[in-house]
Amino acid sequence: MATQQKEITDLVKRKYEHGFVTDIEQEFVPPGLDEDVIRLISQKKGEPEFLTEWRLKAYRHWLTMTEPEWAHVRYEPIDYQSISYYAAPKSQENAPKSLDEVDPKLLETYDKLGIPLHERARLAGVAVDAVFDSVSVATTFKEKLAEAGVIFCSFSDAVKSHPELVRKYLGTVVPYRDNFFAALNSATFSDGSFVYVPKGVRCPMELSTYFRINAANTGQFERTLIVADEGSHVSYLEGCTAPMRDENQLHAAVVELVALEGAEIKYSTVQNWYPGDENGVGGIYNFVTKRGECRGANSKISWTQVETGSAITWKYPSCVLRGENSVGEFYSVAVANNYQQADTGTKMLHIGANTRSTIISKGISAGHGQNAYRGLVRVLPTARDARNYTQCDSLLLGDKCGAHTFPYIESRQRSARVEHEATTSKISEDQLFYCRQRGLSEEDAVNMIVNGFCREVFKELPMEFAVEAQNLMNVTLEGAVG
Amino acid sequence: MLKIENLHVSVDERKILKGLDLSVNAGEVHAIMGPNGSGKSTLAQVLAGKDNYDVTRGRVVYRGEELLEMEPEERARQGVFLAFQYPTEIPGVNNAYLLKAAVNAQRDANGEPQVDAFEFMRLIRSKMELMNISKEFLNRSVNEGFSGGEKKRNEILQMLVLEPSLAILDETDSGLDVDALKIVAAGVNSLRSKDRAMVLVTHYERLLELIVPDHVHVLSDGRIVKSGDRELARELDARGYDWVQQEAARA
Repeated sequence: MATQQKEITDLVKRKYEHGFVTDIEQEFVPPGLDEDVIRLISQKKGEPEFLTEWRLKAYRHWLTMTEPEWAHVRYEPIDYQSISYYAAPKSQENAPKSLDEVDPKLLETYDKLGIPLHERARLAGVAVDAVFDSVSVATTFKEKLAEAGVIFCSFSDAVKSHPELVRKYLGTVVPYRDNFFAALNSATFSDGSFVYVPKGVRCPMELSTYFRINAANTGQFERTLIVADEGSHVSYLEGCTAPMRDENQLHAAVVELVALEGAEIKYSTVQNWYPGDENGVGGIYNFVTKRGECRGANSKISWTQVETGSAITWKYPSCVLRGENSVGEFYSVAVANNYQQADTGTKMLHIGANTRSTIISKGISAGHGQNAYRGLVRVLPTARDARNYTQCDSLLLGDKCGAHTFPYIESRQRSARVEHEATTSKISEDQLFYCRQRGLSEEDAVNMIVNGFCREVFKELPMEFAVEAQNLMNVTLEGAVG
Repeated sequence: MLKIENLHVSVDERKILKGLDLSVNAGEVHAIMGPNGSGKSTLAQVLAGKDNYDVTRGRVVYRGEELLEMEPEERARQGVFLAFQYPTEIPGVNNAYLLKAAVNAQRDANGEPQVDAFEFMRLIRSKMELMNISKEFLNRSVNEGFSGGEKKRNEILQMLVLEPSLAILDETDSGLDVDALKIVAAGVNSLRSKDRAMVLVTHYERLLELIVPDHVHVLSDGRIVKSGDRELARELDARGYDWVQQEAARA
C-alpha cells in the first residue's frame, strides 16, 4: 500500500511547456501605484474623461479596502507598490493597423504557444484576440465578424470605437466596489477583450482571447466585457500562459458578462499560468473576479473552466440569475499539484422566478496541493420555484495533498429546491491494476482515470479545447511511474 | 507455454500457496478447481502480476521468460490475459476507449501500427455480436452500473479482441445465469486453438460441461493435490472435495 502511495506521488512531477520568455523591447510604467500612474495609463490609452474618472474612483475606494483573508490559501503579503502596472511591447506604441505590421517576435511567440495569429493558419472557426502583458497585439477575423454585426476587439479599441456601449455596461455586473482585487483591476486595467453580439445574432465562430504574461515584475490586469443582446448566442474561450520565474506575479482580472432576454453566453477557460516549480517557488497569483448576469428572461450563462496552472487560484465565476427562467451553469476542473493552492467555485444568485442552476466541480489534488471548492447558492424570496443542483467531486493522488469543500446554501424561498452532493475518492489500486493488466502503462492508466473523472466537465468544452484540456491534464500528471 | 515450479506465495505473512507445480502446454485448457480459500484466485492474481503478494519461493516460466520479473503491463502485452472475478469500475472512462487503448498498447509493443476508430470498430463488431453486446454498451463507463453478467461478458469481449496466448479466467462463471453462461462459454470456446493455452479457475463443474478442459486439477491448501481429466470434475461435483483432501492427507 505504502509503495503504491509513493508511486502515485512520483507520478505528478510536471513539466511546464510554456515557460519561455520573449526577448522584446518593452515600455514600462515604473513600479508603484498612485493617481498619477492611473492617469498615465488612461492617457496612454487615449481614454475619454468618464473612464479616467471611473478608474480614479475605483482607486480611491481600493485604498479604503483590505485584502481578503477568508480563502483557503496562504501566501506572503503582496507589495502593491513594487509592481509595474503597465508593460507593453515598444513596437505596439503606434498601434499596428494589420497583422503585417505586428512585430514578428510577437507573432512568433504566439506560434510557439500554438496560437498562430495569421488567419490562414488558424482553425477556421475560431477568432482570437491576443493579449501580451498589458496590451492586445492582434485580433483576428474582425472583418468577418463585423459582417454578422458582431463586435470583437480589444478593450482599448472598444473604448475608442464604441464608448457608448462600454459606458453602458462597464461595471454593471462587477462594480469597482465589489472586492479588493476588482477595485484594483478597475483602477489599473490595461486591456482585455470586448464582445458585443447584436439582437438575434448567433455568432458565426468561436471567439477566444489568449492571455500571455511576458514581462517580469508586472501584473496583468485585464478586463473583459461580453454583452449578448436579446436572442443572441456566443461562445467564448480563454487561454493563458506565462514564463517560468522565481518571483510570484499577480494576475487580477475582471470578466463581466451580460445576457439580455433569451441570450446565451458560453464562456470557457483553460487556465495554464505558470504554477511555480515543484518546491512552490514562483508562479502566478490568479486572483480573478468573473461574473455574469442573466439580465433578461430565458437567458443562459454557462461557465466552464479547466484550471491547471497558477501558484494560487482564487476565483468564483458566478451567475446572477435575474431574468425569469434564466439558467446558470458552472463546470469546473481544478488541479492543485506540487505546492499549488486552488480556492475556486461559484456563486449562483437566484433572483428571478423559476431560475435554474447547475454546478459540477471536479477537484484534483496531487503532491502537496490544496484544493478547495467554495460555492454559494443563494435563493432570494423573489425566486419562486428556483432549482439548483450541485455536485462536488474530489480526487486525491497521494497522501500529502488536501481537498476541502465549503458549500454555502442560503434559501429564502420555500418553493426552491437545492441539492448538494459531494464525494472524495482516490485512484484505487484495483483500477490501476485492471488497466495495467490490459497493457496500459501506469502513467497512461492514471491519465485515463483522471480524464474519466473530468469527463462531465470536458464534454462541456468546445471541441478544440476539449482536446487541449485532455492533453494538458496529461502534461500536468506527466512524469514518473515508480 | 507456462511452467510453475514450487510456487510459494504469502499475503501479510499468511501462506496461501505452498509449493504449487503446474505445467500448461499450448493448445491445452486446464481447469483449477478447489474449495474456497484454497488459493485459486491468488494463483490467478500472481500470474497477472498484482502486487501485495509476496512470492517467497519458486518460479514461473512463460514462453521461456521469467514471468514474475515482468511488470503487469509487460505480461499483458506479451499475451497474458486475466478475466477478472470482480472487474473494477472506472467512472467516466468509456468502455470502448479502454479497449482501444489496450489494443494499441499491445500493437505498440509488437511494433505494429495503431488502430484508428474505424479499424477498431471493424475489429470488434463480430466479437460484440458473439458476446451479445450492443454498441450503446461500449459507450458506457467501464463496468460502471454493469450487471454481473454484463461485466463477465465484457471481460470475455476484451479477451476475444486481445487474443491472448495465455488466458486466465478467474471464476468467470460465478454469478451468471444459464443463458449468460452459455454466451460466455461460446466466447471462450471460439478462442480455443493450438497456439493458445487457457487456465480456468472455477468452483463449479457446470462451466466445464460447456468449456471442456483437457486437464483438471484440484487445489487444496496451496498445492495441487490431484489431477485428472474432465471425469475428475464430474466426480468432484458428485462427491465434493472432502475425499480428495482426505486422500491427500493420507498420502
